[in-house]
Amino acid sequence: MNAIELRGLTKSYQSFQLGPLDLTLPMGTILGLVGENGAGKSTTLKSILDLIRPDAGSVTVLGQTVPDAYPSLKEEIGVVLDELAIPGFLDAREVGKLMASAYSNWDEQVYQSYLAKLDLPSNKKYKDFSRGMKMKLALAAALSHHARLLILDEATSGLDPMVRQEILDILYDFCDEEHAILLSSHIVSDLEKICDYIAFLHKGRLVLVEEKDRLLERFGLLKCSEADLAALDPSAVLAKRVHHYGVEALVERDRMPAGLTVDAVNLEELIILLAKEK
Amino acid sequence: MNLMISNSSGQPIYEQICSQIKQLIQSGGLAADEALPSIRLLAKDLRISVITTKRAYEELEREGYIYTVPGKGSFVARRNPELMREEQLRKIESLMEEIARLAPGCGLSNEDLMEMFSILHLEE
Repeated sequence: MNAIELRGLTKSYQSFQLGPLDLTLPMGTILGLVGENGAGKSTTLKSILDLIRPDAGSVTVLGQTVPDAYPSLKEEIGVVLDELAIPGFLDAREVGKLMASAYSNWDEQVYQSYLAKLDLPSNKKYKDFSRGMKMKLALAAALSHHARLLILDEATSGLDPMVRQEILDILYDFCDEEHAILLSSHIVSDLEKICDYIAFLHKGRLVLVEEKDRLLERFGLLKCSEADLAALDPSAVLAKRVHHYGVEALVERDRMPAGLTVDAVNLEELIILLAKEK
Repeated sequence: MNLMISNSSGQPIYEQICSQIKQLIQSGGLAADEALPSIRLLAKDLRISVITTKRAYEELEREGYIYTVPGKGSFVARRNPELMREEQLRKIESLMEEIARLAPGCGLSNEDLMEMFSILHLEE
């Protein structure tokens, strides 16, 4: 089964159009949605969560059609959004009570074990939490009602590397055959660590959806002179950056003639080069 | 079982898994019928994608190094040591053919090649 299926999803605003978007997240996998600010990541996530209504296209989540499947579908989705709507005067224990009234599957025991695992105090007020603690609390809450799909919007941004790693570890443990994760981020290195699939949104369009490792296998960085580059098949060159001393080009490794050195490319370089080219 | 995955070697991750497991099988580090870790567990421990791990196991199965029992997992296939040696010999021969093909272009004699080989061998 697929955790998420988007078909022809379209949403227009005055100065921005998202889509048409086709995207599939298979069960048991993690998909990272990457793109610049304003690329349409949040709009995409919001249409999955039925926080906005698309103009056209279909959204299927865990085999159920959106929006008809709501509100019961919300039980099966854990959500961590960039801005958290938790009242500042509550402590973690009280947040648990609040969640218990919102989710019929709320599991206090699981919640307590996440609080312990993530080193969160149960009696400190939310407003006195650091950003890292706030995010960890949101994650603990999202994981404590037996959700099958987890959706995170910029959950690791603004956090120090240790907390980010802690969060990524929790996500690793969550994702098995019965679960799936969709996360958006502009911290590409986090996505590179954890995702099975990468989807690159740029100005409202999906530029690329691919298995992460295949992507990194398929493409490489060629450093050469402009004359060398001109001799290559232009369709094998996806993007280039010209500087005073030569050219750096994103190329398809398999289609390079023998003798040229093609370096491995990391996801961040790949995305930046592609974004510039489009 | 030791597996070392490098992100900077340029060798695809599934190939790294395949070749290291093959080596372990050939060297006897993994015995016939020994259970391999599940795809999900291996991916989790090595912090790599489960899709990539699955691809590596599929490749190993296709080449006859492992077999899969549905619901139980993957195991090391029983292989004929003679056949395995034969396979290695064929690979060495084809590499040597390549050397023989390239050497005249660089004006290398057989003695030069032997000397290169012994120098490389000493360095290892």
